[in-house]
Amino acid sequence: MINSRPLSLSGILIILVSLLIALILSILPLPAWVLLIQPQWIILVILYWIIVIPHRISIGIAWIIGLLLDVLYGTLLGEHALALCVLAFLAQRLHRQIRMFPLLQQAFSVFILVIIYQALLLWIQGTLGQIGNNINWFWVSALTSMLLWPWVAMLLRHCQRHFRIY
Amino acid sequence: MFTRGPQIGLRLIFLVILSIFLMVLDQREHYLTPLRNGLTAFVAPIQYLVNAPIRGVQTLLDNLSSRETLLAENTSLKAKQLLLQAQLQKLIALENENMELRALLQSSPRLQNRHIAIAHLLAVSTDPLISELVLDKGRKAGVYIGQPVLDANGVMGQIIQVGPLTSRLLLIADLRSAVPVQDTRNGVRGIVVGQGQMAKLLLTDIPDTVDVKQGDLLVTSGLGEHYPAGYPVGVVTQVQHDTGAQFTHIEITPSAKLNRNQPILLIWPPAMLDIDAPKSISATKTGSKHKQGKSKE
Repeated sequence: MINSRPLSLSGILIILVSLLIALILSILPLPAWVLLIQPQWIILVILYWIIVIPHRISIGIAWIIGLLLDVLYGTLLGEHALALCVLAFLAQRLHRQIRMFPLLQQAFSVFILVIIYQALLLWIQGTLGQIGNNINWFWVSALTSMLLWPWVAMLLRHCQRHFRIY
Repeated sequence: MFTRGPQIGLRLIFLVILSIFLMVLDQREHYLTPLRNGLTAFVAPIQYLVNAPIRGVQTLLDNLSSRETLLAENTSLKAKQLLLQAQLQKLIALENENMELRALLQSSPRLQNRHIAIAHLLAVSTDPLISELVLDKGRKAGVYIGQPVLDANGVMGQIIQVGPLTSRLLLIADLRSAVPVQDTRNGVRGIVVGQGQMAKLLLTDIPDTVDVKQGDLLVTSGLGEHYPAGYPVGVVTQVQHDTGAQFTHIEITPSAKLNRNQPILLIWPPAMLDIDAPKSISATKTGSKHKQGKSKE
């Protein structure tokens, strides 16, 4: 089952570009209310690749992406890295089930995973005393992530089939 | 595939411990500044990349704007410039008068020519809990940690992290920010702290009997030796006297436009420039300034 051949250059490039686009989308300067409802792009992309090619995208890569997020957001080094590698671990454990789900059910599991990720982040920020007033709306971005999952997944699946990333 | 299970678990534990270790190091002491600076330099291209389309659209709009709108803008700008020039003349007169009065009082002039540079916004913190901006000037431009930052209307915040090409600005609206201020009407001192909201700051620890009214302008007091004195911070919008509480609840609207994309001023205090320059030069500088003042008279 496991494809042990190394990934083709175009495959690596596609994965890197998709992660880069997600990073760019997640630091786009937008009005505050849009930021609040903005989906967690980087999580959608990482989840997709982990679920589809778990033997390639390890939790180590998720951790490094998290560290980059920390630098981009200006948060403590390790904050997003911790949350993202726990998320990647859960996804890697559950990837066989999630892969079998229909898209809608997949979207729901994405919702649960994003909530777990955000709860972890809030927990860390709460311990550091950095929580503001708009914490009540943190689940909104999990909701929009769930709603966007089918489209992101279809787009990435198209790229994956086209460039034969397995 | 099944043999990988425990391996992944071990790796997770290792990474979690590593993250916690990093966070503790980053929180307690600033051991990680070199690492953070390296990573900042690594992600700076991404931030420039994000900014590129925004700049592109702006230049496109500038190029596409029709002749009529340009003409209209031109006339309005000319009128505005005239107005500003008139105000500037008043300011120069006032500054001269101020200098003379200070000379009479034999105290050192506080309003000296400060060194100023203009920076632009590169990125905004997308975490709704953190009010920070990334600016396009870094260590190469001489930006330093703790540097005060203003915009055309008032105090914006201070620099908290400096990379080679970028720097990070903590807005006064952030939860971690506090600015020593005084009331322009009566000189009441206080501290303005952020709430994590762009449009609302709080003036804390003001007892119920102290005279602060709606519409009062608060300016920096310069007491923290951080922000230069006399720059507007905000206007009091709401004062709630609560008999049960020890302190008055005072809400403030910041003067600076914290959530607009516009040029930002970085300020270097004159003291820092004086340290670099030999004393003789600074003496001649003040002498020449004096002469200029006289020639204007």
